[in-house]
Amino acid sequence: MSLMKIFDTAGSGMSAESLRLNTVASNLANADSVSSSPNTAYKAKELMFAPVLQQQGGVAAGDASANVGVRMAGVTESQQPVESHYEPGNPMADASGFVYGSNVNPIDELVNMISASRSYQNNVEVMNTTKQLMIKTINLGS
Amino acid sequence: MSNLLDNVFGLSSQALDVWQRRSEVIASNIANADTPDYKARDVDFRQVLQQASGEASPSLALSTPTPGQLTTTSESADALKYRVPLQPSMDGNTVDAQAEQSAFASNMVHYQASLSFINSTIQQLRLAINGGGQS
Repeated sequence: MSLMKIFDTAGSGMSAESLRLNTVASNLANADSVSSSPNTAYKAKELMFAPVLQQQGGVAAGDASANVGVRMAGVTESQQPVESHYEPGNPMADASGFVYGSNVNPIDELVNMISASRSYQNNVEVMNTTKQLMIKTINLGS
Repeated sequence: MSNLLDNVFGLSSQALDVWQRRSEVIASNIANADTPDYKARDVDFRQVLQQASGEASPSLALSTPTPGQLTTTSESADALKYRVPLQPSMDGNTVDAQAEQSAFASNMVHYQASLSFINSTIQQLRLAINGGGQS
């Protein structure tokens, strides 16, 4: 039954979006982390998504397969400059008294969070509708 | 099975298949709503159903006596078509989540319609078999 494949597709979408939500959560949690050098400071993480063909017997390149799930292709770090603060009393301060904060932009993260949760909801709706129709198909003729 | 039952559901069962396939494609579009460079696709319902029901489209097809010769209908009806984006985005993604949502909803209503056609055919058959008595 090919309606079953929709569960795979929507499921992959849900797991990708929940990974994105997870990333937003770690970025927001580390928004105020400080570090003693710019290199070790927390950098905001971003996910990259890529389509994945779900086909029996391997993936054929350039194939017009109907079913395309989504997977996480990798994590990138934001290239924004990190902020430095002068806090000589901080135990993490370097020799000249600076600590280095993260380059997380909370506004970006909140926007990302809303977008991810909307996409997640879309996938849930797809699954719900498919489930109801499957039940109707199974009960056909009763 | 008898000839009567072979054709009893008519085009509805084939239509059901096509709606199902289309729902798969739209579900893929929705799952990839945030994938860079993903191009939204859709099924050309009329063409696929025509092919499924065995209706040849134009009657004057080019004859192809040599194997490997190009035909006038080189493009398979099964091939998915790319959607024309209303609002292209900078990451190359052409999925419009709202458009896909409404397409999915209408697709599922159509699926349900085909399903209820089949259902009522079954009930008619049952009525005929039982002669209107208790089922």
